[in-house]
Amino acid sequence: MTVRTIWRKSLNAVMLSLTGVCALVTVSALFVILGFLAWNGGRSIHWTFFTNLPAPTGEVGGGIANAIVGSAKLLLIAACIGIPIGLIGAIYLAEYAGATWAFFIRYAADLMNGVPSIVIGIFAYSVVVVSMHHFSALAGGFALGVMMIPVILRSCEEFLKSVPRSLREGAMALGASKWRTILTVVVPAASGGIITAILLALARVAGETAPLLFTAFGNQFWSSGLNQPTAALPVVIYNYAMSPYDDLHQQAWAAGLVLLGLVLVTNLLTRMVLGRQTAQGR
Amino acid sequence: MGTLSTTAGPARPVSRTQALLNLLRDGDELAHAVTFAFAATILLITILLIYELWINSGLARHKFGFSFFYTSTWDPIFGQFGSWPFIYGTLVTTAVSLTIAVPLGIGAAIFLSELAPPKLSRGLSFIIDLLAAVPSVIYGLLAVFTLVPIMRSDIEPFLKKTLGFLPLFKGPAYGVGFLTAGIVLAVMTVPYIISVSREVLLAVPQDQREASLGLGATRWETTWKVVVSYAGVGIMGSIFLSMARALGETMAVTMVIGNQPKVSASLLSPGYSIAAVIANEYAEAAGNLHLSALTELGLVLLLLTLVLNALARILIIMTARKGSGVQGQ
Repeated sequence: MTVRTIWRKSLNAVMLSLTGVCALVTVSALFVILGFLAWNGGRSIHWTFFTNLPAPTGEVGGGIANAIVGSAKLLLIAACIGIPIGLIGAIYLAEYAGATWAFFIRYAADLMNGVPSIVIGIFAYSVVVVSMHHFSALAGGFALGVMMIPVILRSCEEFLKSVPRSLREGAMALGASKWRTILTVVVPAASGGIITAILLALARVAGETAPLLFTAFGNQFWSSGLNQPTAALPVVIYNYAMSPYDDLHQQAWAAGLVLLGLVLVTNLLTRMVLGRQTAQGR
Repeated sequence: MGTLSTTAGPARPVSRTQALLNLLRDGDELAHAVTFAFAATILLITILLIYELWINSGLARHKFGFSFFYTSTWDPIFGQFGSWPFIYGTLVTTAVSLTIAVPLGIGAAIFLSELAPPKLSRGLSFIIDLLAAVPSVIYGLLAVFTLVPIMRSDIEPFLKKTLGFLPLFKGPAYGVGFLTAGIVLAVMTVPYIISVSREVLLAVPQDQREASLGLGATRWETTWKVVVSYAGVGIMGSIFLSMARALGETMAVTMVIGNQPKVSASLLSPGYSIAAVIANEYAEAAGNLHLSALTELGLVLLLLTLVLNALARILIIMTARKGSGVQGQ
C-alpha cells in the first residue's frame, strides 16, 4: 500500500467513527436529561406535592396543585381553539381547497409554525389582555391555542390525504354526498392519525413557558373560572428555578420531572401507536 | 365566499324554502363554505399577528427610527431605548450554537443515513425526535443547576488558560453568559438539524453512491464528496431552520445568559438577548413607550424568523426536486 492509500483508509476510518460519536453524543443528551431530572426531582416528589398549594415565601414544603390544575385549564382552552380550527381547516385543505387558497393557507400555517413562542405571547397580550385589562387563563389558553392550530392543521391534512381513494369512491358510489363521505368515511378512517396529531400538539404546547409569562401570568393560589391569572406548570418551574431558595429549587426539579414525564409519555405512546398503524398500512 | 353561494342557487325559479332544502340536501356548498371559514381563520390570525405587532410598535418606531437598532442605551425610566445589546446577544448566541450544532448535527445525520443499519437508525431517530419534544424550560432548569456551575469552575477557567490570548475568552468566569447560552441552544437545535438533514441525505439516489464507490472512492470520500455535496442545499436548509429556532428561543436563554445589556467581545461575559428582554420586562413594562419598544423587538424577531424559515423551506424543496428529477430520468 502506498502512503496515499494508507492516508485515505485511515481518514475513512477516523471520519466514519467520528460521525458515530456525534450520533452517540446527541442521543445520550436525552438520557443525561432524564437521569438528572429523575435523580434530583424524584427526591422531592411526595403525595402532598400534588395536592397542596405553594407554601408562603420562605417556608419549606408546599405543592403545585394549583399549577397542575391551571395547566389543565389552559390546555382545555387551547384545545377548544386549536382543534376545531386545525381539524376543520385540514378537512378544507385535503378535500375542498383549490390550488391558490391551499397554497396561501399552507404558507400561513408554516409561517405561524415558525413564529417564536414569545412573539405569540405578545400577540395574545395585545389581543386578549389589553382588551380585558388584566392577565387571565383565557389569554394564556388563547396563546397556546394559536400555537396548536398550524401543528394540527398540517399533520391532520397529511393523515386525511393518506385515506385511500377507493374508500371515498365506495361511499360516493353508494350515493353519499361529498360532505357525508368526509364525515362518515374519511374522517373515521383517519381518526387514529388525527388523535395522534392532537395529542402531539397538546404535548408540545403543554411545555411552553414564554407565551404564558404575560398572558396567564401565574398565581400563588387557586384561580376560579377562566378570568383570573392562573398558575401553570412550566411557569412555576421557571419562577422556582430562578428564585434564591434551595427548597424551591428542589420543587422546580420535581415539577420539571412531572412535566417532562407527561410530555415524554404522551410522545412515546402516540408515536408507538402511530408507528404500528403505518406499519400495518404498508 | 359570495361566489360559492351563487353557484349553489338553482337555475330555475323555485321558492326560497325549496332552495334552502336543496342546498341542505346535498349540502356540499355549505360544507365547503364552513370548512373554508375555519381554514381562512389561520390566514386572518397570521395577518392580525403582523398587524398587531406593527401597530403596537408604532410609538417606538416613530420616536427612534433606525437609531433603535444601533444605539445601546436601554433606560425605561428616561424613555431611552436602543436595542443593540439585545440584537448583539441574539446574534452571538446563535452563532455560538451553530458553531457547535452544525458539525455535530451533520455528523450524526451522516451516521444515521449512511452507516447505521436501518433498525438502529430508526431507533436513534426516534430518540432524537423525543429530544426535540423536551420543553425549553427543562433545558433551562438543567442548565442553571448543572451546566452553569461546571462552566464556572472547570470549562471557563480551562478556556482562559489555553485560549486566553484570544479576545473571545477574556474576563472573569461567571458561568452564565454568551458561551453557556450558546451551548444550551446547540443542544436544543441539534435535533432539528439531524432530522431534516437525515431526510435530505436519505433522498440522495442510490446510484450516486454506487457510482462513486465503483470508481474506487472510500466510504468517507463517497459520503463527503458525493452524497453530502449532492444534499448540500437541503442541509443548508436544515441549518437555516435551526437558526430560526435559536433566534427565537426564549426560556433556556433567559435562564443562563446573565441578563445584562452589555456588548462584549468576550464569550464568557454575561449578556442579553431579544427574546430574554421581552420575557423579563414585558409584564412589568414602565409605560407605553417601553411596551412599544419591546413590541418592536418582537417584530424584529418575527421578521428574522419568517425570512429564515422561508429560505429554509425553499432550499429543502429544491433538493427534494433535484432528487426526484434525477430518479425520473
